[in-house]
Amino acid sequence: MVQKIGSQYKEILNQYMQRQSEQNLYVGQNFSRQLISENTSPEDVISMHKAAMQELYEDMPETVWHSFDFLIEMMINYGLALQERQSLLQKQEELRVEMDLAANVQETLLSTTMPSLDGLDIGLLSVPLRKMNGDYIYFISGGEGHAGIAVADVIGKGLPAALCMSMVKFGMDSLNDSTAFPSEVLSTINRIVEKSVDDFMFVSMFYGRYEAETGVLTYGSAGHEPAMIYRAETGEFEELTVKGLLLGVSPMASYEEKEVKLDKNDMVVIMTDGVTEGRTAEGFIDRQVINELILRKKDESAQTIVQFVYDELVRMQNAELSDDFTLVIYKKV
Amino acid sequence: MNIQVDLQESDKVLKGYVRGEIDAHTAPVLREKLEPYQNIESLNAELDLSDVDYMDSTGLGVFVAFYKSVNSQGGHLKLSGLSARLKRLFDITGLGDIMDIESAGKGGI
Repeated sequence: MVQKIGSQYKEILNQYMQRQSEQNLYVGQNFSRQLISENTSPEDVISMHKAAMQELYEDMPETVWHSFDFLIEMMINYGLALQERQSLLQKQEELRVEMDLAANVQETLLSTTMPSLDGLDIGLLSVPLRKMNGDYIYFISGGEGHAGIAVADVIGKGLPAALCMSMVKFGMDSLNDSTAFPSEVLSTINRIVEKSVDDFMFVSMFYGRYEAETGVLTYGSAGHEPAMIYRAETGEFEELTVKGLLLGVSPMASYEEKEVKLDKNDMVVIMTDGVTEGRTAEGFIDRQVINELILRKKDESAQTIVQFVYDELVRMQNAELSDDFTLVIYKKV
Repeated sequence: MNIQVDLQESDKVLKGYVRGEIDAHTAPVLREKLEPYQNIESLNAELDLSDVDYMDSTGLGVFVAFYKSVNSQGGHLKLSGLSARLKRLFDITGLGDIMDIESAGKGGI
């Protein structure tokens, strides 16, 4: 095999030495690709060159052959660097495979079941920027006409954010009470997160407790983007502001909660800052833009509205979102 | 990748000036610059953010981490010159209630 390659090289070199045409160079280029794909090291290529030259031009002065020996020595470290690169490529591929597996695990781990409640149409979408999602939607439903929804966003992205989110999930699982009130839920999760995360990692979270019979949503926020309510009667949006510190900053934090009653065709819009912090060439996408998008589809189903808002925002930002994107709409029907 | 951070410390008083955008790309730069000061005991730090045009939650994370470590060493951190947009970010996250922040146009800047 080595001999065959050597004689092929000699032939190509010989052709070039005689004509020096573009065509000869092209053949050489292709041959070098073949050598690379066979992991031939740079020093081996020069050895091959020297051997070919010795056969073709045996009368060359000794100094020329010595110079080749020196060059071979010079190339050995390049060969090692090449090997290193190949092993890095292999490691990178292994990491990619592991990330894919982790993303699958995350998807399974954080999966949640949308509750079905009389008179409530729910639409949602959560799209990670990278493989792992730092946003999270979690429902607690008990079947007594109550459901809780948590929408959380870890500051930070990728793998660390995803790991942090698992903690929120276990906290929610351990509560598992659809009748629990936001201030209690947020305080509990805050204590869990505060104990277990790094100083620069925080979670913002909205929690809403909905009662189907009365149409009342009780909500609280741990430093989360304010949710909005759309009033069908007036056609206006209002921010649902409520005091509460980010999760994980202070174990002493306490959380306010408020109530809002939904009437027919009213909507509650819950989102993460990936929705509101979008930037276009002209500037920021503000809430007004989002409100207008929602209004354009207000008579459609909640899922249709959510999908429309996402599609339009992606279009406005030339398909380049800069953060995980999560949007939930509760629509009273 | 547009951020400028100037910090000057003498006798446990840190004066800082940040200019530009603080987002996922530039936040690590800011974190690195602040790091040497975070373990100084009883540090009195004031960071002027009046020329910060944009900050996202990653930037917020850097300030909170710095606030937490300065606080735990018995020091104090003040952020001044906050634009309306930045002020809103601190208010929404509840950080405005626990941290010493000052909007632009107020106080002696």
